[in-house]
Amino acid sequence: MRHGKYPLIVAFLVPPLLLYGVFVLSPYVQAFQISTTDWGGYTADANYVGFDNFTRLFRDDYVWNAIQNNAILLAVVPLVTIALGLFFATMLNMGGRGGKAGVTGVRGTAAYRLVYFFPQVLSVVIIAVVWREVYHPNNGLLNGLLKPLGIDGPTWLGDPRYAFWCVLAVMVWSNVGFYVVLFGAAMQAIPRDIYEAVLLDGASRFVTLVRITIPLLWDTVQVAWIYLAIAALDGFILVQLMTDGGPNHSSDVIGLRMYNTAFASDTRFGYASAIGVVMFFLTLSVAVLALRASKRDRIEYS
Amino acid sequence: MTALQERAAPAPPAAEKPLRREWGVANVFSHGFLALWALLTTFPLLWVLISSFKNDTEILSDPWGLPGALRFDNWARAWTEAHIGQYFFNSAVVVTGSLTLTMLFGATAAYVFARYEFRFRQVFYYLFVGGMMFPVFLALVPLFFVVRNAGLLNTWPGLMIVYAGYSLPFTVFFLTAFFRTLPESVAEAALLDGCGHFRLFFRVMLPMARPGLISIGIFNFLSHWNQFILPQVLMQGDESKQVLAQGLATLAVSQGYEGDYSGLFAGLTIAMLPVLAVYILFQRQIQSGLTAGQLK
Repeated sequence: MRHGKYPLIVAFLVPPLLLYGVFVLSPYVQAFQISTTDWGGYTADANYVGFDNFTRLFRDDYVWNAIQNNAILLAVVPLVTIALGLFFATMLNMGGRGGKAGVTGVRGTAAYRLVYFFPQVLSVVIIAVVWREVYHPNNGLLNGLLKPLGIDGPTWLGDPRYAFWCVLAVMVWSNVGFYVVLFGAAMQAIPRDIYEAVLLDGASRFVTLVRITIPLLWDTVQVAWIYLAIAALDGFILVQLMTDGGPNHSSDVIGLRMYNTAFASDTRFGYASAIGVVMFFLTLSVAVLALRASKRDRIEYS
Repeated sequence: MTALQERAAPAPPAAEKPLRREWGVANVFSHGFLALWALLTTFPLLWVLISSFKNDTEILSDPWGLPGALRFDNWARAWTEAHIGQYFFNSAVVVTGSLTLTMLFGATAAYVFARYEFRFRQVFYYLFVGGMMFPVFLALVPLFFVVRNAGLLNTWPGLMIVYAGYSLPFTVFFLTAFFRTLPESVAEAALLDGCGHFRLFFRVMLPMARPGLISIGIFNFLSHWNQFILPQVLMQGDESKQVLAQGLATLAVSQGYEGDYSGLFAGLTIAMLPVLAVYILFQRQIQSGLTAGQLK
């Protein structure tokens, strides 16, 4: 029966494996090795320095500053995005209450869902440049709105007090729509009679959300948390294009630090790889922690 | 594309039925917030579109004003002088190649993992899928030199291969799960009838896997089209070969020096409109394609 399967296995597996091994696996492995060298330029020699890069990294104020910003992103972005996502998804899928059917969406759900998803299909580059113009101190949308109100708007991205928070806001803005759709799809899978029963018991909308919807959506929320946490550890494109880490490093993130160390202001490949290794372990531990912290019993409805 | 249209037609009525049954009482409170967020999402984009018709004086004097005329010459200037047209073409070439490669390699590898038993299968599978856990930043420095040593730095084939490589983990993960859901009996019947293993894949299994292929194809298309970090590292040298995302970033920077705001807004609009148009046409496929991977 199964004779002759090996030609297919070889033909189907070897080319992808080669490509993946050469261009993906080998760079990842090499990165760990490079991170233990002092390789400092295209022609320079690479000497083994052990963990010197890592000990230096722990005393590097610029790196700590960047990590601190990523930590703020990590604390704020998933929480706010998921809260807004759940809120809007609830409104869309069961906001229009009171009819005979019990639980339905509001009018125009399809249109809202269409529009909310816009940022998800646009490239982050476009989003960054659009918002850079929105925040523009003289001819931006935001200060153009404040001016007639008699408020002399700040320079936003040019102000070290606000720059980072402006980028954070854009990060939330660009993610909410995706999670509205994701949570919405999961809500559609919840049997309607559960809600009808709760409604009969006279539960308020908020109680329904917290006691019924969120527990039933927990798997999806957990996935959302992990994805958003990983995104919060990145933030490279938005920051590079909106503020380039400035002003005065106030909006720096770890990815930008790594990129600049290797490809822009510097070519310290060894040190940059060490930052990359730290990013890897941060990402890994955040994913594991998020999984652990949000672990609950799975609810299955049949 | 025809495949997408065929699937597009029957979808909407089924999904909207439960909503059409009863509107319920419109709630001012919830509508207010929903409308506010809709405004917040669309208005910046709409503003860019409107600003793309303004001249620089109008942009600088009144950001909320309307353009005096529909100045399509801004668009023309962005298309030719800022090379948006060229960058569009470059992105199309790169994504065509990278998407073909990703789908071909992803589908074949996933099929083998899902349907065949062989030594070290688990090892190879986790080797592929494990790539999802690594941040791309970790690979950047060595990747630059791997690509350079292969003579592929600043070339389109280089970008295509690298895009495909970094899309494989998720593609293989997704499609392996999908191929596993296909019924075993069809494959067995075909083999009994004397159908070869290769024919079985291309004639029977691949067509059956079409919904999964479309979902992951859409996902990969968007992530390749919007890719920025990889080309930024691997396509620094030759500006004429850069992709659209890089071109827009360059335009945004140079606009700061030259003060050509209308050109920038026009360039952004040209880059935005086709993507949004395609999205509006295939919104259901695209939304489910992008969210499918997370719901598994």
